Amino acid sequence: MFRGRKYFIEALWEGLLKISGSVTSIIIILIVLFLFSEGLGLFKKDVIEEGYVLAVNKDNPIKDLNSQQIKDVFDVKIESWKELGVDVKDDKIILLRLDDIPNYVPEEEIAEDMSNLDTIINNIIEANPGMIAFVPRDFTQKGFNAKILDLGTINLKEFVTGKEWFPTAHPAAQFGVMPIVLGTLWVSLGAILFALPFGLAVAIYSAELANKRVHKILKPVIELLAGIPSVVYGFFGLIVIVPLIQKAFNLDVGETGLAGSIVLAIMALPTIITIAEDALRSTPRAMKEASLALGANKWQTILKVTIPYSISGITAGVVLGIGRAIGETMAVLMVTGNAAVIPHTLLEPVRTIPATIAAELGEAPKGGAHYEALFILGCILFIITLIINLVVEYISYKNKNKVA
Amino acid sequence: MLLVVGVNAQKIKGSDSVLPLSQKLAEAYAKSGGRASVTGGGSGVGIAALMDGSTDIAQSSRKMKFGERAKLIAKKKKIEEVVVAYDALAVVVNPNNKVSKLTRQQLEDIFTGKITNWKQVGGDDMRIIVYSRETSSGTYEFFKELVLKNKNYKASVLSMPATGAIIQSIKQTKGAIGYVGLAYLNSEVKTINVSFDEKNFYAPTLENSKNGTYPIVRPLLYYYDINKTKVVNPFKNFVLSAKGQSIVSQVGYIPVK
Repeated sequence: MFRGRKYFIEALWEGLLKISGSVTSIIIILIVLFLFSEGLGLFKKDVIEEGYVLAVNKDNPIKDLNSQQIKDVFDVKIESWKELGVDVKDDKIILLRLDDIPNYVPEEEIAEDMSNLDTIINNIIEANPGMIAFVPRDFTQKGFNAKILDLGTINLKEFVTGKEWFPTAHPAAQFGVMPIVLGTLWVSLGAILFALPFGLAVAIYSAELANKRVHKILKPVIELLAGIPSVVYGFFGLIVIVPLIQKAFNLDVGETGLAGSIVLAIMALPTIITIAEDALRSTPRAMKEASLALGANKWQTILKVTIPYSISGITAGVVLGIGRAIGETMAVLMVTGNAAVIPHTLLEPVRTIPATIAAELGEAPKGGAHYEALFILGCILFIITLIINLVVEYISYKNKNKVA
Repeated sequence: MLLVVGVNAQKIKGSDSVLPLSQKLAEAYAKSGGRASVTGGGSGVGIAALMDGSTDIAQSSRKMKFGERAKLIAKKKKIEEVVVAYDALAVVVNPNNKVSKLTRQQLEDIFTGKITNWKQVGGDDMRIIVYSRETSSGTYEFFKELVLKNKNYKASVLSMPATGAIIQSIKQTKGAIGYVGLAYLNSEVKTINVSFDEKNFYAPTLENSKNGTYPIVRPLLYYYDINKTKVVNPFKNFVLSAKGQSIVSQVGYIPVK
């Protein structure tokens, strides 16, 4: 009877652990699915802001405009209809936004509940053959004879290869993610390049070579560094590292991808060091002594016995450190300058995905095109992290096999 | 005037620029027996909350957009607008910069990328580094509407997450230019005198903002549903009273009177 009860309790514990393990895994999968589902509606959304249309005079032969052309027209970079390839009676493009209506019609003529706005806008467009109007769809219903352009939906190619990220531009928001993705890759790869060699070196030193006194101080200090909040690192970066980079490389501006990489490397280091060091320390003494007994010196032992033995632990540390480097938001937001341009070197301001999401998600109306674009950026970040983790795991797997 | 104020707290939601002001006002209001709860999130968030009724007052650092107004008309809600303070935006540069005055057209060209070197506006031969707020900021939108005449900023503008970060960056970058609210000015940056009529240049001081000569001034607004006037009046009257307006001055904004 007594044995039966013990068995029951053990079975209970086992069941609890199984349940928490599966619940955790299911939650993680659900979060990833949520990420993808919130983003995918983007490609059904119109190029132009929701609820608005672009209207031109009914004699204007233009068929449609892509979002880059719309932006250039409304930024007054394209000024004549000829540049768009059409022949219009008045070649100069005249822009009409809602706020411009009082310039054509005295305010008293506009009804308080805006019911006659349809005819007012229609008349303004008819009187100006070279006009292009950006007005809400609701004001193009009754008696509206002007031509409404059918501009199509946001397409994947424009999204992935577009070079400009202006999510709040009127009338057509620009969702080109290439500068942001490239910025993320540059900054993260730079950070990994700094952090990995340093981190592994410190881990090996601390585990194998340091004497007891040094180790006693080093380990708690490094673990303390892991606990510093990222905003503090961000401020440190902005006040110390950015001017340093500006002076050292004689740049116009210190907010660069390099500053971001350095700050991220400093943040990823404690993670890599503590985990890798623990893994290295867990090599059984017997193995190390066996190697030394066979005639290998200390360095050969470290290289050929200790490291391969603890490679899975080191890999775990590296993966976590890389994850921190790629996903870190606050610190990067403060030091990289957040300019959405394609970087050609590390010494230019860049914009990363986590910084973009953090800065913009608060104001993006839920369910709108901007909101969904940000979620897709999150998906892209997830995929990048996944690929890098798989690569690291693959490398460690090959090394493990080499040892065995 | 002693009013028996309802037990329900006034809910105020919206602009992060108006937030510090509303918080100070709410604290002072609490001393005289009322209760008000203030949250930020951005002007857009406040107006959206007003539309679906989850807040009493929407605080905003920009006028309601036509689209938002149209949506409210569609929902048959009539909205009252009251100006509670004014905020001036100062254009700031690094203290070592020779340039002291710029016209609106020059500012527009600098921020949209047409002018890229300080020597084109009378300064040294230095690249112009443009700092701005993030796209979610009401300050960003206001500057774009008024100074850039709705044109888009250039792509290589450096977006800083907070006004404090802009000041820090401009202080340490020689060719920098940016815009900050009047309340954040300090001796670490140099202000620029601005002209909108190409003739008269005005400095961003409290006096010039009050008497209308400094051009880059925006209203800070409270929006509320006209049906909730009774609920909102106690707090609104407090804000517009002499005590409320003195708090406006304390926080660094410009009183309405």
